[in-house]
Amino acid sequence: MRRNQVAVVGAAETTELGVIPNMSQIQLHADAALNAIADAGLKLSDIDGIATAVETPQQIAHYLGIKPTWVDGTSVGGCSFMLHVRHAAAAIEAGLCKTVLITHAESGKSMIGKLPRSTPPDSLNGQFESPFGVFGPPSMFPIPVLRYMKTYGITHEQIAMVAVVQREWAAKNPRATMKAPITVEDVLNSKMIAYPFRILQCCLVTDGGGALILTSADRAKDFPNKPVYVLGTGESVETPMVSQMETFNSSRAFTTAGPLAFKEAGIAHKDVDHLMIYDAFAHLPLFGLGDLGFMPHEETGKFIAEGNTRPGGKLPLNTNGGGLSYMHSGMYGMYALQESVRQMRGIAPAQVKDARISVCHGVGGMFAASGTIIFTNER
Amino acid sequence: MAEPARAKPKPTPETQHFWDGTAAGELRLQRCDACANVYFPPRPFCPSCASRKVSVFKASGKARLYSYVINHRPAAPGFTPPYAIAVVELDEGPRMMSNIIDCPQTPEALELDMKLEVAFEKLDDKITLPQFRPAKG
Repeated sequence: MRRNQVAVVGAAETTELGVIPNMSQIQLHADAALNAIADAGLKLSDIDGIATAVETPQQIAHYLGIKPTWVDGTSVGGCSFMLHVRHAAAAIEAGLCKTVLITHAESGKSMIGKLPRSTPPDSLNGQFESPFGVFGPPSMFPIPVLRYMKTYGITHEQIAMVAVVQREWAAKNPRATMKAPITVEDVLNSKMIAYPFRILQCCLVTDGGGALILTSADRAKDFPNKPVYVLGTGESVETPMVSQMETFNSSRAFTTAGPLAFKEAGIAHKDVDHLMIYDAFAHLPLFGLGDLGFMPHEETGKFIAEGNTRPGGKLPLNTNGGGLSYMHSGMYGMYALQESVRQMRGIAPAQVKDARISVCHGVGGMFAASGTIIFTNER
Repeated sequence: MAEPARAKPKPTPETQHFWDGTAAGELRLQRCDACANVYFPPRPFCPSCASRKVSVFKASGKARLYSYVINHRPAAPGFTPPYAIAVVELDEGPRMMSNIIDCPQTPEALELDMKLEVAFEKLDDKITLPQFRPAKG
């Protein structure tokens, strides 16, 4: 795909984040969509393309009263929205539609109007993982961690620092769910969830949503907010079963999607001013730093423990507080994208000064899928 | 009230040989007749070269501990926490999820790369699960 041909011209989260007991999941989609449309200065009738995950595009299009000529229901977990951005950029460039709305929302905490997730007993997961006691992401996503630690010499204290540093970012963000400072000792003494991970290394469970509006870069200058251009994109999937990953030393979905996006963007790692790596659990930023090529995996734990990703550090990472401290409704990728857009617009609560390039890397399932979007505010 | 039972697999036509194997006290894998690739989970073609000529064979049952978590909460139905959810690497190459039995469920006892051997836990007349225990000797 060509660089900077498509831009984000509307971006917004739901009016509230956290616990929203007075709204169903589909209404959270609508709340985010209406906020994004207002942000872009558009009318619903201007939208001719729609993408969403978990909920179907027809549900969201009908609920909002949108009549699309292009739809994308790619649903590969929490990074689905990165894939939607990539697909929407291609569709806009190909002339299939002009203005795309991407929505996410999840009543992850209040569970209102949310379909239950289930694993049929005759699926491969149902036959070869469920019988061994996996029960929700905390029992599955951290399974590779001990192997990763042994291979690369990563310590428990270093992984605990991921949560500590992200809390530092969250403290700067009025909308973050958790803002009180924490220490490595706090993390390592918090409630055990699935060894080696404790509760402060696991994401929050909240309600919320977000929406993006994309159009061609040529039209983007006519919108009320500073356009944020799509500079590079990548995507991949590996396996729905964490036990069947090619290796626990790396994610194949990451090492496919990340380098694709860097190549397309034509940038080097030193050009990156701001980085988001979807952190459903505390090991993901380490996998991301290594698999995206910022440094060898051996150095990821040390890099974070030494403060390089904290406020004032040389590589600001997860500047909204991340899934660990900002919010996590179940499919966090949309919130990572929102933070990248805020940083590129220059309006983030913890704004990185003069940031021009933001890399936003998402994961879906338990390393099942990945999407990487590189944004810039310069064309 | 009866204890809630652990999730029970329901075989499909493509996986039936595996579950017939565990019920007979055998860990069965598949090998491609064309390229000799050994793979898991079961399917009637080779995921490496796409050949449909594949054979079922009895694996050695020997493995090593590749990685694990010790799950504390929430516990799956039928499990008493803390319990380890492990991924083992079979001597033949493929990895599979399982549990480690006859071993304390502690980080000290569960050493990565420790040698394991298969054991079988009968759930009912149709389903027997493959489990692993520390290898003897």
